[in-house]
This record gives sequence, C-alpha cells and structure tokens, in this order.
Amino acid sequence: MADLAPTPNRRDWFAILLLLALLAVVPPIAEAVGQPFAIKVASRVVVFAIAAVGLNLVLGFGGMVSLLHAGLFGVGGYVIGILAWHDFNGEALQLGPFAYAGTGNLLISLPLAVLVSAAAAVLMGMVSLRTNGAYFIMITLAFNQMLYYLGVALQKYGGEDGLQILGDLSIAGLDPSKRLVYFYVSLAALAVVMVLVQRLVGSRFGMVLRASAQNERRVKALGIPPTRYRLTAFALSGGIAGLAGALMASGQQFISPADMSWVRSGDLVVMCVLGGLTTVWGPVLGAALFLLLELGLSSLTNAWQLPFGLIVIGMAVWLHDGLIGAIRRWVQS
Amino acid sequence: MSAPLLETRNLIRRFGGLVATGDVSLSVRPGETHALIGPNGAGKTTLIAQLQGELPPSSGQILFRGQDITALPPHRRALMGLARSFQITSVLPDFTALENVRLAVQARQGHSFRFWRQAGADRPLNAEAAEALERCGLADRLHLLAGLLSHGERRQLELAMALAMRPALLLLDEPMAGMGKQDGIRMTRLLAELKSDYAMLLVEHDMEAVFSLADRLSVLVQGRLIATGSVDEIRANPAVQAAYLGHG
Amino acid sequence: MSLPLFLEQTLNGVQLGVMLFLMSAGLTLVFGIMNLINLAHGALYMLGAFIAATVAEKSDSFLLGALVAVLATAAIGALLEVALLRRFYHRSHLDQVLVTFGLILVFNQVTQLIWGAVPMRFNLPDSVAGSIELFPGLNYPVFRLVILGVGLVVGLLLYVMIMRTRIGMWVRAGASNRAMASAIGVNVEMVFIGVFAAGAALAGLAGLMAGPILAVQVGMGEPVLILALVVTVIGGIGSINGALVAAIMIGLIDTFGRVLLSPALGSMVIFLAMAVILAWKPKGLFPVHG
Repeated sequence: MADLAPTPNRRDWFAILLLLALLAVVPPIAEAVGQPFAIKVASRVVVFAIAAVGLNLVLGFGGMVSLLHAGLFGVGGYVIGILAWHDFNGEALQLGPFAYAGTGNLLISLPLAVLVSAAAAVLMGMVSLRTNGAYFIMITLAFNQMLYYLGVALQKYGGEDGLQILGDLSIAGLDPSKRLVYFYVSLAALAVVMVLVQRLVGSRFGMVLRASAQNERRVKALGIPPTRYRLTAFALSGGIAGLAGALMASGQQFISPADMSWVRSGDLVVMCVLGGLTTVWGPVLGAALFLLLELGLSSLTNAWQLPFGLIVIGMAVWLHDGLIGAIRRWVQS
Repeated sequence: MSAPLLETRNLIRRFGGLVATGDVSLSVRPGETHALIGPNGAGKTTLIAQLQGELPPSSGQILFRGQDITALPPHRRALMGLARSFQITSVLPDFTALENVRLAVQARQGHSFRFWRQAGADRPLNAEAAEALERCGLADRLHLLAGLLSHGERRQLELAMALAMRPALLLLDEPMAGMGKQDGIRMTRLLAELKSDYAMLLVEHDMEAVFSLADRLSVLVQGRLIATGSVDEIRANPAVQAAYLGHG
Repeated sequence: MSLPLFLEQTLNGVQLGVMLFLMSAGLTLVFGIMNLINLAHGALYMLGAFIAATVAEKSDSFLLGALVAVLATAAIGALLEVALLRRFYHRSHLDQVLVTFGLILVFNQVTQLIWGAVPMRFNLPDSVAGSIELFPGLNYPVFRLVILGVGLVVGLLLYVMIMRTRIGMWVRAGASNRAMASAIGVNVEMVFIGVFAAGAALAGLAGLMAGPILAVQVGMGEPVLILALVVTVIGGIGSINGALVAAIMIGLIDTFGRVLLSPALGSMVIFLAMAVILAWKPKGLFPVHG
C-alpha cells in the first residue's frame, strides 16, 4: 500500500489523543462563541469518523477496497430504528418462532446493531472474499445496492422515505437525541474504536492482515491461509460501521436508505484516502476534512458536487497517499 | 536406507501441448543436500512450484514424510515442514526485516488469532526472529524495511524466513540469483553451515557452489530427469555433459 | 401466470438483458483489456439518453437524435481516455475507483446544470410508439421489439468483430500482451482509445434506448451500472459471450423477480442470484483469464 515506514507507535497514540482532545473541546467552544450548530456538524464528523476508521481496517490495513460499508452503516441504523419502532407501536417483531417486543434502550440495541452488522458483513464477506481485486470491489458495490433495495423494500419501516424514530430512546438514562449527549456518547465510541483498532493492527492478527495485503503468496508460503483473517477483519470492520450507523440513527432519530447508498460508500473511501490509509487516526482527519469541505462548498453553490468531484479526481491523480502523505512529503522537502 | 523425506512419483505437468514436467520421479533423503540442475527453461521452477503446492501437477504423486501431499494447498505443506524460498524474491516490503521473519515464527507457532497483545512486544517471538536473521547475516538490518534492502540482502531475508519455519526440508529456488561474487560466496558459506541441520533441495546455476554443497544431484533437461547421482557420477555422465555441463 | 403475461415478461426480460449486455460489453472490454474499473460508465449511459432526447426534440427526428448521441458519447469516451483515464491503467484499483467516483459526481452535476433536475420526457416517433399483437392476448410495444432487434444485431456485430476481424485480433492481442502487441506493430494506444470509445458508444446507445421507456434524469446511470457490474462479474471479466449469457439471465431474473415479488424486493433477487453463482464459480461463468 504505502512506501512509507510504518509510524512508530508512540506518535500514533499521541495523534489519537490529540484528535480526541480537539474534538472534545468543540462543544464548549461552540457554545461560547454562540455557534451551537457546530456541535451538530462535529457530531456528524465523529459518527462518520467511526465508520471511516472501521473501513480503513480493511481498506488501509487489509488492502481490500470495500464499497459495502455504507450498507453496513445502514444495517446498524435500521436495527436501532426497527427495534424502536416495535417498542413505540407496541407490536412484537416476529422473526420465525421468536417474538421480540422491541426496545428504546440503547444499551441493548447498540450491541445488537453491532452484532447484526458484523453478521451481515460475514455473510457478504464469505461470498466476496472468494474473489479479489476488481471482482471484490464490484461485488461489494453490488451487495451495497442490495442492502439499499432492502431498505427501500421495507415499507413497514418507511421504505424510501426512511424511518422516523418516534419513541424515546435512552442510553443509561440519558436522551441521545440531546445534542451534547449524542456528541459525547459518539466521541466515547470513537475513542474506544480507535484504541481497539490501534491495538489490533499491531497484534498477531493485525500482522497477518497487513502481511496478506502486501504479499498473499508469501503469507501462504509461511503456512497461513489469509481468507479467514480477512473475513474476521471484515466482520470487525462491518460491526464498527454498524455502530456508527446506530449512533447516527439514535442521535438524529431518523435513518433512511439514502444513508446506505453507494455514494456514501464511495464517500467513506474518499475520507480514508484523504486522511491517509496507513494510520488508524488518518480517517478521522479525512472525515473532518471531507464533511467540512462538503459543508463549505454547498454553502457557496448548489452545484457543489462539481468542484467536489474535481477535487476527488485531483486527489486521485496527484495525491497518492492522501493529504497526510502530501503534507509529509512537503515537510520533508 | 531410510525412507525418503520427499518423493515424487511419475510427476507430469502439461501446459496445453507443452510438457513442462515429464514423468519426474526423484527423491530427497533425510538430511541430504540435493541439487537440481539443468539448462534454462528445463522446468526447475515449475517442479519446485509443484512440490510447494502453488501449481497442481497434471498427474503423478508427491509424498512428504511418508504422506501423500499432492492435493494439499501450500499453507498446509508449510505447516508440515516444507519451506520454499522464491526465485524472484517475495518478501513483505512494508515490514521490517525483523517483522518479516517474526511473521514466519508466528505462522509456525500457529497462534495468530490474538487481537490485543502487541507482536512487537513479544520477547520470545522477536528473539527467535532476530536469531534467524543473525544466522543469515542480517544482524544489522533488523529494523530496515524489507523493501529497502539490497537484492542480496533480500535473498538472505528469504532464507531467514525459511529457517524460522523450522522446516524439515528447504526448497531453495536459485538462492544466489542476481548476487555479486562476494554475496555469492557468503551465501554458499551460509548454506554449507545449514547443511548439518536441514535437508535441502537446491536449484542453482552456480556450478562451483553446487559441486561444493551437494550430496547428490539431479539433472533436469526439457522437463525430464536425465540423471541422478553423486557429484562425481554426474560430472562423468556423458549425457549430462552433452546436455548441460559440456560447454565449458 | 397466464401465457400472454409470461411471454410478455419473458420478452421484457430479454430486452432488459440486451440493454444490460450493451452496457456490460463496454465495461468488460475495458476491464479485460486495460485492467481499468470504470465506475463512470453509467454517466455515459445517462448522457446518451439526454443528448438523444434533446436532439430528437429539437430536430423532430429520433434517428438523428440517436445518431448524434452515439457519436457524442463515443467522442466523450475517447476524450476521457486520452485526457485522464489512460494514466490509471497501471494504478491501483483503489485509485481507479476514486477517479471514476469523482467523475460520476462531476457528470451528474454538470448534467443537472445543463438540463435541470426535473426528469426529461423523451417521446417516441409515431412509427414506433404503438403496440402490435404478437400473440392473441399479447399486445407488445413496438419500440421494445426495436430495442431487442438493435441489441441482438449489435451483439452479433460485436462478436464477429472481436472474433473474426483484424481489428478484433488487435484488441485481443492488446489484451493479452501489450508489449508484444506493440512490438509486432499494433498501435496499442489507438486500440485502447477505440475500445474505450466503442464501450462508451454502446453505453450511450443503451441509454438512448432506455430513455423513452424509463425516465431521463440525473443519476439514472448508476443503478444500471451496478446491474452491468453484476453481469460482468457473473459472465466473467473480459468475456463477451459471458456478458451476453449473464445479461439475458439477469434481465430475466430481474423482470420476473419484480413481477412476482414487489419491485424493491424483486430488485434484491439479482444480488442473491449473484451470490449463489459466485459461491459456485468465483471467477464467473466464462472467465477469460482462467
């Protein structure tokens, strides 16, 4: 993937702490300068950062270009939404012989969302990972579209218009639709995810995953079959994306198929590349840059996708290793 | 005589109309250094690929430690003790030399579903990897990215990785390919040291090295085995001289 | 299901398949020969529809609209290749995904700027606007039969050209070994531009034929692109035969899926079918590169 030396661990931890600290002070500063809207933006950044960090586990560290992650994000969100719907409407969710009353308690539904999206990732990963390279990319894109159609097909849960969460959600007694609760709960989740992924990439499992991305032939020659490691990484990565979607659904009290479109999958990939694929924390920067850019451009013009698309093209042509890489090279010159 | 460590029986590999491996039956004895020589295009690498498992034979059998491994994939053969070094170096370029060999040790130990403890902090793991690197002359290159190593150093790294697997048999595909004279001498010396600990099937063009290292040789010409024997026997063999050695 | 309905849906399915074949032929050639994933292929489909609709309206001639659209998309395809995409033949698939993703955004936005966000009407000339009775109880739109006919003819021409002509030989030579092809005098650069332009023209043709049936609107290309990708993957990357077989299959599965289940649920069936087929044959039904 990159021809740069892997960043020594201490620098990574410092970067992670710094980013979390910077994000943590956004709400007080925003309130102080009278711009509470910034908290909403920051929450969105945090949620997408979680998804991007999850994607980068397989993209940057695993060498798998997945266009499936928006779909998994959506799965997580819909788990929250569907469980809340059943709870609010007093109707039980029938899954074969099992009936479940639904819940608005995020302490139950968030872990469920993670599990369901991880399971979905495993199922789709099992098919996708029988292939590699371009086939893999196309298949993940196709599966993402399938999930999108699934969302649209669920008329009961809003279909194309999306699912509004009408009931009350709670997380340890707190109301996640409240601005500050949403932000800090998501930030805590981001912190946990980053710590776990940072440890993961340096663990034995992480070494195998990263080796498989560099030279699959060599890994097999050493006695390791790469597929089961890739599938596991895919499941973890999918669970993280699902967590992000679940958080967004909780905070916005809304989830729709648009949140799981192929465009979003592409956006997540752009975020990772923008922030740098070789670090765990790069995608956080990438998510921030991406969303701020999107916000900035759309406030200037309605046709913001044009300059935005041109920037993405420019990035592909000139910035091989993201903004971080470009800055690093500029600093070294 | 004890049973052979590695044995092929009537191994054939065709590519369309081309017979790359033509009815090859050879064996490697335990503890032996067996050299495989022959002109370019004789099918030596194709044979090694079939032995290691990357290429399935068209017909025939391969036995290792008494077991039929013909249908086993490469990673299973590796775990059985069959280590291969590649003709065109195949390392992990974004890992350091130490990380490369550490992965080999880790693979052998078989505990790779560990998600929290850092591999870099595992002392015994790193110590064993460092030891293999030192044995192969890379003691001062431990923390250099494999992609930045010189060609000769990469060949040494390949060997270190193979050793870290603690194999029963080393399949070495032209370990001295592309090396200058100095590096070549160093590698020959290293292989001589390894002779006592490992059985080797060695593909090489460097005849001086081959004659000094090999216990037995097999000569492959156009996919067929035309002779097998000791260094003296092969040197004196007229068919071999005509096909391969005779030209000076 | 009654016989006329069954026949009607079968014809619809084959017709959809034929259109998907036109889309995926371009995709599979570009990928098979230049190793380039082109996600912006759907944009060319969209442009074909818009350009044809506009010219047809202004000039009152559907044929002129079709002709201009096909030539225009071929030109745009060639321009894309020369100006941008040829740099990506040796880049990673990730980089290719990025650049073509950016192109999708640009194309969709530019189209919206020129033509607006409201879907455009694409009216058929009277000669093909009606239906004919193919079978007692089955009235089938003439235009759909035209699409079927055009698609099959184009498919046949494509097959003959690739398999039987010198140009086709050059294309296949460029695919298997670029350096060798260059060495024996094949102008590989021109071949690549040609393949790209031809693929783009096919996408444009598919778009202009779909326009009167579906709506001509921004973003119409991507759902079709994804279906074309499924066709390409199932058929086997690089294989024209594979693309044809897979396209007809997918066309039929999609059509019957939507009719027998709900439209949205039916759309999902294709992907499940894809999963099943790939589980059985990971490299597609007729893989070229073994």
